[in-house]
Amino acid sequence: MDLSYGEDHTLLSESIARFIQNDYDFETRSRIAASDLGFDPTVWQQFADLGWLAIPFSEDEGGLGADPVSVMILMEQFGRGLVLEPYVPSILLGGRLIASMGGAEQRSRYLGDLIEGKIQLAFGHGEPGGRYALAHVATRAEGGAGGFTLSGHKAVVHNAEAADFIIVSARGSGEVRAQDGISLFVVPRETPGLTVRPYRTVDGFRAAELVLKGAQVGEDALLGEEGGAYPAIEAVTDRAVAAVCSEAVGVMDLLRETTLEYLKTRQQFGRPLGAFQVLQHRAVDMLIACEEARSLALMATLSLDKSAPERRRAVSAAKAHMGNSGRKVGQEAVQLHGGMGVTDELKVGHYFKRLTMIDTFFGDAAHHLDRFAGDA
Amino acid sequence: MYRTRGEFAADGIGPGNRYGMTASGCGVATLLVRPDCIYISGAVRPDSGAACEGRVVMNIELTSADRAFRDEVRAFLATSLPPDIKRRVENGLELGREDYASWHRILYEKGWVAPGWPVDHGGTGWTHMQRYLYDEESAAASAPRIMPFGVNMVGPVIFTFGNSAQKARYLPRILSGEDWWCQGYSEPGAGSDLANLRTRAERDGDVYVVNGQKTWTTSAHWADHIFCLVRTDPDAAKPQQGISFLLIDMRSSGIEVKPIITIDGGHEVNDVFFEDVRVPVENLVGEENRGWTYAKFLLSFERAGIADVGRSKKQLAGLKRIAAAELSNGRPLSEDDRFREKIASLEIDLLALEYTELRALSRQTSGEEPGTEANILKIRGTEVQQRITELALEAVGTYANPYVPEALKDGWNEEPIGPEYAASVAPRYFNWRKASIYGGSNEIQKGIVAKLVLEL
Ligand SMILES: Cc1cc2nc3c(=O)[nH]c(=O)nc-3n(C[C@H](O)[C@H](O)[C@H](O)COP(=O)(O)OP(=O)(O)OC[C@H]3O[C@@H](n4cnc5c(N)ncnc54)[C@H](O)[C@@H]3O)c2cc1C
Ligand SMILES: Cc1cc2nc3c(=O)[nH]c(=O)nc-3n(C[C@H](O)[C@H](O)[C@H](O)COP(=O)(O)OP(=O)(O)OC[C@H]3O[C@@H](n4cnc5c(N)ncnc54)[C@H](O)[C@@H]3O)c2cc1C
Repeated sequence: MDLSYGEDHTLLSESIARFIQNDYDFETRSRIAASDLGFDPTVWQQFADLGWLAIPFSEDEGGLGADPVSVMILMEQFGRGLVLEPYVPSILLGGRLIASMGGAEQRSRYLGDLIEGKIQLAFGHGEPGGRYALAHVATRAEGGAGGFTLSGHKAVVHNAEAADFIIVSARGSGEVRAQDGISLFVVPRETPGLTVRPYRTVDGFRAAELVLKGAQVGEDALLGEEGGAYPAIEAVTDRAVAAVCSEAVGVMDLLRETTLEYLKTRQQFGRPLGAFQVLQHRAVDMLIACEEARSLALMATLSLDKSAPERRRAVSAAKAHMGNSGRKVGQEAVQLHGGMGVTDELKVGHYFKRLTMIDTFFGDAAHHLDRFAGDA
Repeated sequence: MYRTRGEFAADGIGPGNRYGMTASGCGVATLLVRPDCIYISGAVRPDSGAACEGRVVMNIELTSADRAFRDEVRAFLATSLPPDIKRRVENGLELGREDYASWHRILYEKGWVAPGWPVDHGGTGWTHMQRYLYDEESAAASAPRIMPFGVNMVGPVIFTFGNSAQKARYLPRILSGEDWWCQGYSEPGAGSDLANLRTRAERDGDVYVVNGQKTWTTSAHWADHIFCLVRTDPDAAKPQQGISFLLIDMRSSGIEVKPIITIDGGHEVNDVFFEDVRVPVENLVGEENRGWTYAKFLLSFERAGIADVGRSKKQLAGLKRIAAAELSNGRPLSEDDRFREKIASLEIDLLALEYTELRALSRQTSGEEPGTEANILKIRGTEVQQRITELALEAVGTYANPYVPEALKDGWNEEPIGPEYAASVAPRYFNWRKASIYGGSNEIQKGIVAKLVLEL
């Protein structure tokens, strides 16, 4: 066993950290959040040029063939910088779905452009009333001459407005929560019958509601076999969940460090807050939560290529723990900053909000606890 | 056997007998006559056939007078609370200054705006129990709260320590709602360590010249006056000794108010800057350099209602409605065992809070000195409030994500994103982190209990 970084990993980590430090400070981030698009296309192009968009793809797929640890490293740094660019929806969800489900023609059609930063993707899957049940798909796909007709409602689809293509899950057969019968389609955003209702999210990202009313796509829009998409959806979302756990580790670490710094500098009653033992213990509890979250994010990452049951357990363990430790670290960071913690002006509140919303990403703590226990 | 039934539960959470509980055996009855037990409003009613006949037992029945009072309050609220204000409170929409002001005026006209004041200053003369019932009914009816800074904070300081000119000038306008107040205690360097405040007031003939900065000043942007703790003697032996309590007109020249935006995007707090603000010496309350005593009096005055049980009941009922509307695997989330247990634990915490408050109330009614229960009620009250917002957040799932501030304004007519109740859930969760920070943070409250109760 060796849980230390290789040389490549260290270099990658340093280069992303440098980027955050030099080109993505909090003010830049706030400016980007306030922009119309909600992310910065030149930053995205920079990611492409640096090869970061290629990391999760094999050489066959036109990528770098890097291991999951590289994604972990990248996402942790993105968490520290609270990066808004749509790496998760576009690359880890959209891109990985095409890579794992698509035929050779589809892969070459989309992945090259994606990795070069020329197109954006999104994944429209969750639905109103579905909560976090991954197989909950009520959206219908009716096969007909030369293609499919899609009808349904997709909820809180990140990056949908900016996406050139949205991967939409829809059902040709089976009950609403059956694993069988779900297919994936690559739907151009401009498809007639697809309405995108965009909005900001509370943590500064962009998402949208998708309404499909008889949206027509060709046969070549279908990814993989009709009705057989569920296992790939689960595998891809598990990878994305592991990655987002690493993002959370970055967010939590930054909150912990910022809070520690505050405890050392903020003076009340003639001494730094950190001189009060009750606050020292709270800072230690934050550290423990961060260390454990990091341990489980690593464990999940290293389990991604194992058997499906092992992967599921590992990912759900990390996500369930992250939901709870993230809530704790976020709330404590705010509390220990006193009034400053609830201001829009300070970083802390923004990191807290991101951490809070990460809990809703493909299953909250309660959902993953159930899944870990084998109940979901 | 004695049967106790909590009627206080009849509104908000569930039917009256929901909390029904039976204590059996004389042992229990003996325990219950200890001096610290609940004994509210004097009703004594052992069940017929009880083995311990003749004992004085406590009970939690309302007297018929209290019930009549409650009905009167309920009827008044039903007819007098403007429906548009009620709707805004009910749906967690933004309230404007005018909403607070018009409800204040309605209560003023009814004579109910300042239940805690002495009758000769315009109070109601209600018992503690009546005030409790009034607060609870108001919350249940979705009435907005009365802004506390005038009625609950500076008013009592003025009628206790102010001179007759101050009483005549300020009290009627606080009651009528003509004057709005804000509280200028905290400063950038003086939060928990309030006695460290630096805002300086120097005597110059018949004025004080005030320089400095207050921060976190809630609704300063709506206020006509600010009551401030200012430093009048920087050389006092103890920081607490050089502080005075000053009333300042917000229209004085040299005052600047700058908004502080909170993490939910809202504007309720402000920075207030003072530059050579000239304040007549007649605006000094009580004696110079005795302000700390008045300030602490104020902090301890408003103990009734500090736990905000009524509002938490209302919020809990809202949470239950959300849980019933949300689906989990095709069934209402409220039927999901794990989520039900979370709500149940929260409801038990709220009951514990409620009965802790009632015990405190009963001690006050029987004339005992209030202890530090206010600190405990503040700690647990805010924890319960925050837990409610946390569970609502969990209940709405991914629909916590959309940020649609327009949806929090009344009159927004577009189709909601996700369920209608979802829009306010995440902002409320973020915003309510403040509750464990303001009014003396929960850490400071625990410090006070450790020092004063446990004598550590
Ligand atoms: C929404 C909001 C509204 C407010 N409204 C008003 C208002 O209208 N008027 C007004 O005057 N003030 C107001 N306040 C200010 C409020 O009272 C202060 O924020 C509070 O007293 C804490 O002070 P601080 O923010 O400076 O935090 P700090 O005192 O810096 O505290 C930071 C953290 O350290 C902890 N801490 C500090 N000292 C100790 C200790 N000795 N032991 C253990 N822990 C400690 C605190 O609990 C907190 O968690 C408001 C605050 C908020 C957030
Ligand atoms: C906006 C705001 C709201 C707050 N709300 C509350 C609240 O509702 N309830 C609450 O309990 N706290 C509240 N607090 C906290 C409170 O102000 C103090 O932080 C808390 O009482 C502890 O103060 P302390 O230990 O410094 O002072 P204290 O315990 O008052 O005093 C410390 C020392 O100074 C001495 N001393 C005290 N008063 C004087 C005096 N007048 N003259 C000379 N010496 C004196 C004492 O003997 C003691 O040795 C609030 C704070 C803020 C900023």
